[in-house]
Amino acid sequence: MDKLRKRKNVISRIIFQTATIAGIFALSILLFSIINEAFGYVIFVNENSPADIYDSDKNLNDADEDELIAILEQNLSKGLIRRFNFEKPFAERDVKNILELVMVEVVNPEIVKAWSLTSSIFGRKKILDTLAQDYPTGNLEFRSWLTLKFLFAPQSSIPEKTGIITALSGSLLLLLIAIILAFPLGVGTAIYMEEYAKQNRLNSLIQLNIYNLAGIPSIIYGMLGLAVFVRFLEPITSGQIFTTTVNNTANGRTILSAGLTLGLLILPIIIINAQEAIRAVPKSLKFSSYGLGATKWQTIWHHIIPYSMDRILTGSILAVSRALGETAPLIVIGASTFVAQKPNSIFSKFTALPIQIYQWTARPQPEFRKVAAAAIIVLLVLLLTLNAGAVLLRNHHNQKKKG
Amino acid sequence: MKPDIDASFFEKNLSKTLQTKELFIKGLLNFFALISIGVTVGIVYILSVEAFLFFSGGEVSILEFFSSIQWQPVIKKFGILPLLNSTLMTSLIAMLVAGPLGIFAAIYMSEYASNKFKAKVKPILEILAGIPTIVYGYFALTFITPFLKNIFGNDIVDVYNTASAGIAMGILIFPMIASMSEDALSAVPIGLKQAAYGLGATKLEVSTGIVLPAAVSGIMAAFIVGLSRAVGETMIVALAAGAGSNFTFNPFKSAETMTGYIARISGGDIGYDTVDYNSIFAIGIFLFFITLVLNIVSQKIIQRYREIYD
Repeated sequence: MDKLRKRKNVISRIIFQTATIAGIFALSILLFSIINEAFGYVIFVNENSPADIYDSDKNLNDADEDELIAILEQNLSKGLIRRFNFEKPFAERDVKNILELVMVEVVNPEIVKAWSLTSSIFGRKKILDTLAQDYPTGNLEFRSWLTLKFLFAPQSSIPEKTGIITALSGSLLLLLIAIILAFPLGVGTAIYMEEYAKQNRLNSLIQLNIYNLAGIPSIIYGMLGLAVFVRFLEPITSGQIFTTTVNNTANGRTILSAGLTLGLLILPIIIINAQEAIRAVPKSLKFSSYGLGATKWQTIWHHIIPYSMDRILTGSILAVSRALGETAPLIVIGASTFVAQKPNSIFSKFTALPIQIYQWTARPQPEFRKVAAAAIIVLLVLLLTLNAGAVLLRNHHNQKKKG
Repeated sequence: MKPDIDASFFEKNLSKTLQTKELFIKGLLNFFALISIGVTVGIVYILSVEAFLFFSGGEVSILEFFSSIQWQPVIKKFGILPLLNSTLMTSLIAMLVAGPLGIFAAIYMSEYASNKFKAKVKPILEILAGIPTIVYGYFALTFITPFLKNIFGNDIVDVYNTASAGIAMGILIFPMIASMSEDALSAVPIGLKQAAYGLGATKLEVSTGIVLPAAVSGIMAAFIVGLSRAVGETMIVALAAGAGSNFTFNPFKSAETMTGYIARISGGDIGYDTVDYNSIFAIGIFLFFITLVLNIVSQKIIQRYREIYD
């Protein structure tokens, strides 16, 4: 082999290898940039410093109940004190609870500046300089934006207090409605296409149509949902025909509308996966069932569905994970920008985890970017769990079929 | 799709109730299958009705819609070219990133990499292909844009720009193109390769001279599916490409795409039957047909190359 050909061969190999690694590297940077934003130093500035409101040489954490109540009474209006007392009398509250009240209402620490993980590690000196120069009264703290509180707090306009419980419960309800619509419809269609449909023009049109539906941009499904579920079916999707007391400002932009739209969106994915699952059922199984005199439906119900169920479920889990991350159709349908309460019915206004991430990212304050990063981590962990579930199910299936 | 044996022969001997049950179930499942057609019909119907209202409103003619380079709904200028232009720009940048990377990675995985490496990388690519696009939008805005600003200068690169959105989109479709192309490359019969090796060809010569040409249709299909994905992609451009239409060929300037406009307008509370409301459907039907054509073309190509080797 001459030298030139050999050299070309080696160089090209390096190029191909580099491309593969570059692609994976880009994706790792993506993940890293999110983690980078979700942790880092922050500077707190207290509205009232603990030294001012309490004895300057003692720690606020050591104060007893009476002292804390005294602090509250000194710094808050009478009306506010009465409200807290009404919510739960001070006598019944424990020290921890009152301390928290003092921290939130009187000390009221506010984040004025936040850094990313890398600048926290490599630029510590600069951060300390900023603290000394610009915020002499501030406290430096290493903060994880992803906390338990963040998971269970409702939405708030203050970045350090906001949380994702409303968005999470919204997403959960959306997925539930989507799967209730799409699973029976999708599996039913797949059974029809694989077991009943004769090869004629209509059925090949249906098949072609299913493949095309899977390729339509999700925002178009959003427009379908907007015109059909939100506008045309408003009396149903806003729940007006079910209750006489019309107490609804959602105008059809409800969890039900959004869930149904997501259901239509994942329908082709479920059909295609279920078709593949049913196609993989061994012919011998079917023939033996027919041979014993079973009808078509008896064969399908007792043999084909049970045999292919775990593969159908695997495909459906993947479809659900697709629905979980969908943002564009929900925006078109009209997700609400601010929902502070958990949805109480399927006729409530809605927000969802990806919508929340979108809104936080689009805000100008840099702190909200950190909050968005924390929410993205939650979303990715949920997706990873779903995917891992699907993979486990697949492996379980493979082992069973082998054994 | 084709039932292999017909059970209806036996069904004549069934009891009446069992027969009705079988018929009822068949009818029900048939109805389910027709619903998927209904979804397509619904999409086409709704998009065309609203788009018709848009064009019959007297504000804009179809000719003006496709020729004017101004999209300013406030002053009643509805020319789709600026939106289309930025859609094509983001998609082109995405393909420039994902195309070479995807195809090189596919060649490496199918021709060079060990099975062990392949078994590790493919699931990673699959999982990464499932990351929601909103995450890529966040990445474009918080990482790629500052990165571009560092390289090209703060004044040249806008906060919102099509380059950043396009690059993020390229990373998004890279796993898809790599995976689909790898499938196409692996489907090339091993005999072709062995014959070439037998004649003393190098690995490069086999990969680019034998395998690549044999799999070219599958790779083309992968590119077209990737392009269709890029054209319809919404969240990345909504976050990173900017609001407000702008007819520019400069990738560092802010320019709204078709999907970005739809998302922004429908995200605010708009009244039904306004020009704004109808305009998103006019754009929607245009978008629908672009992606439909791309999808059908890619399916035809895939069908064709399947026929060659099956």
